[in-house]
Amino acid sequence: MTAPSLALSLFLGLLLGLAAAVSLSVGPEGLPFSGELLALSRAQPELALTILTEIRLPRVALGILVGATLGLAGAALQGLLRNPLVEPGLIGVSSGATLGAVIAIYFGLSAQFALFLPLGGVLGALLALLLLFAVAGRDPASLTLILAGVAIGSFATALTSLALNLAPSPFAALEIVFWMLGSLADRSLDHLWLAGPPILLGCALIASSGRALEALTLGEDTASSLGFDLAAVKRRVIGGAALAVGAAVAVTGIIGFVGLVVPHLLRPLVGQHPRRLLLPSALGGALLLTLADIASRLLSGDQELKLGVLTAIIGAPFFLHLMVKLRRGARI
Amino acid sequence: MSALLEVQALSAGFGGAEVLHDVAFTAKAGETLGLIGPNGAGKTTLLRCLAGLLGYRGRVSLDGVELAEIPRYRRATQLSYLAQQAEAAWPLPVRELARLGRLPHGPGTRAEDEAVLDRVLAETDMTRFAARPIDRLSGGERARALLARALAVEAQVFLADEPVAALDPGHQIQTLRLLKARGAAGGLTVIVMHDLTLAARFCDRLLLISEGRLAAEGPPRQVLTHETLAQHYGIAAHLGEHDGRLFVLPDLLDS
Repeated sequence: MTAPSLALSLFLGLLLGLAAAVSLSVGPEGLPFSGELLALSRAQPELALTILTEIRLPRVALGILVGATLGLAGAALQGLLRNPLVEPGLIGVSSGATLGAVIAIYFGLSAQFALFLPLGGVLGALLALLLLFAVAGRDPASLTLILAGVAIGSFATALTSLALNLAPSPFAALEIVFWMLGSLADRSLDHLWLAGPPILLGCALIASSGRALEALTLGEDTASSLGFDLAAVKRRVIGGAALAVGAAVAVTGIIGFVGLVVPHLLRPLVGQHPRRLLLPSALGGALLLTLADIASRLLSGDQELKLGVLTAIIGAPFFLHLMVKLRRGARI
Repeated sequence: MSALLEVQALSAGFGGAEVLHDVAFTAKAGETLGLIGPNGAGKTTLLRCLAGLLGYRGRVSLDGVELAEIPRYRRATQLSYLAQQAEAAWPLPVRELARLGRLPHGPGTRAEDEAVLDRVLAETDMTRFAARPIDRLSGGERARALLARALAVEAQVFLADEPVAALDPGHQIQTLRLLKARGAAGGLTVIVMHDLTLAARFCDRLLLISEGRLAAEGPPRQVLTHETLAQHYGIAAHLGEHDGRLFVLPDLLDS
């Protein structure tokens, strides 16, 4: 890692630390550094500790993990497919995870046991991934991967819509829709234990592919001539991204555009280098999601402003801006 | 001296169609070999087979070892491949692009890497552009940056697919001199070329590929004859000599 990208990572890490500290102290009343918690900690230190470790800490930690996953997976997939418009949702696992979670809600499983919802999500993501690998074959071309991912994603989305269509009651439909909007609210330590391991494993798989992503700058033939087994690299990056993103979506619902926007914003700051982009993108994704989560709590009135809504409201105009620049042939 | 590269009964293709049929030749260390032939003859397919990028039937051996049996990471330090219309997905600065050629040598050769980069950038006349992103270069400059990347591998065998097609005459000659000079250090260079005069001037031997077969092989004067050029390129070539160098002025057969 060169000095500028190391400095960038340190800077983003510092900001993330600050944002996490702020996020820990933002309570349901929407007061930053809430006095209540402080007062509570004097009157009832155990209760204050419980609020901190079992309500706020999982929320902050999940925000960091999920944001880092989206940023890292976005950067890695853009590098793998050599396309700046790729985002983690493209490989179909997000839709698979959504479908799995929605099935858990639809059949009332999540009402019996709350963790059935994220479990269903993880299962859905894994099924989508297996299907993707089965369709794409042993040594898939990048275009095949994208097209298969899009098709699987569309199919899963259609089944999710079917579940909404046939929802037994408006309340069930509403619950499904609300879950799909993406949120970090009311997540417990159990969610963290469920999603943490696959997220960390997936991120490790991606991080181990940095040098191959670097070589892929030169196209598949040349990367292969530089000694990289591209079929294995694709399995590692796609499999890692699917595992991490699937687990992330399973606990939070779909949070769009973080995986697209963050690598883009940071790419010029690391000299366009695909490997040096990975760590800053993970930190940047974690930072963006933590900030968005703080904003969603501060801006929410009676009705919670969902995190996925907020990130898409920022992300979509950015995406359009990018497309306009691309059309004009400018550098992105 | 035994052969560095040995090709026997090589057949290859893709998408179900066989493109190369029964090609055989050998090449020694220190040689500069030109692959010539009309469009679609199979030159790039042959080069990709030699680089280990395409499956084949037959035998391709490097220093007596079958290509497929050499571990990937070791092959990457023995063979360098410069693709036709080589590309770069991200606009890296020239020096960082060239540095990708050092990937096969692992992360532990930092000081040596810098020395190699200094040298290849100087050799390709790109030192002054070292910090410039490659999307702010002309086509020819970008081709030289990608050439620097391929040279940075420091492989004994250099396989280049039309490395001078985008260059101005000065840089064409400079580049071909550079590639030919690798021979003095025991390197083998295989270059796909369309400019027959340059091929005659810089290659020790030419391999003429036509319709997937090795149609002629030998020193340039032996391969570049009116008959072979008419038969395989369908051109009426004017062959001349200047200062002891062969030149080829192609013309259409009926004109």
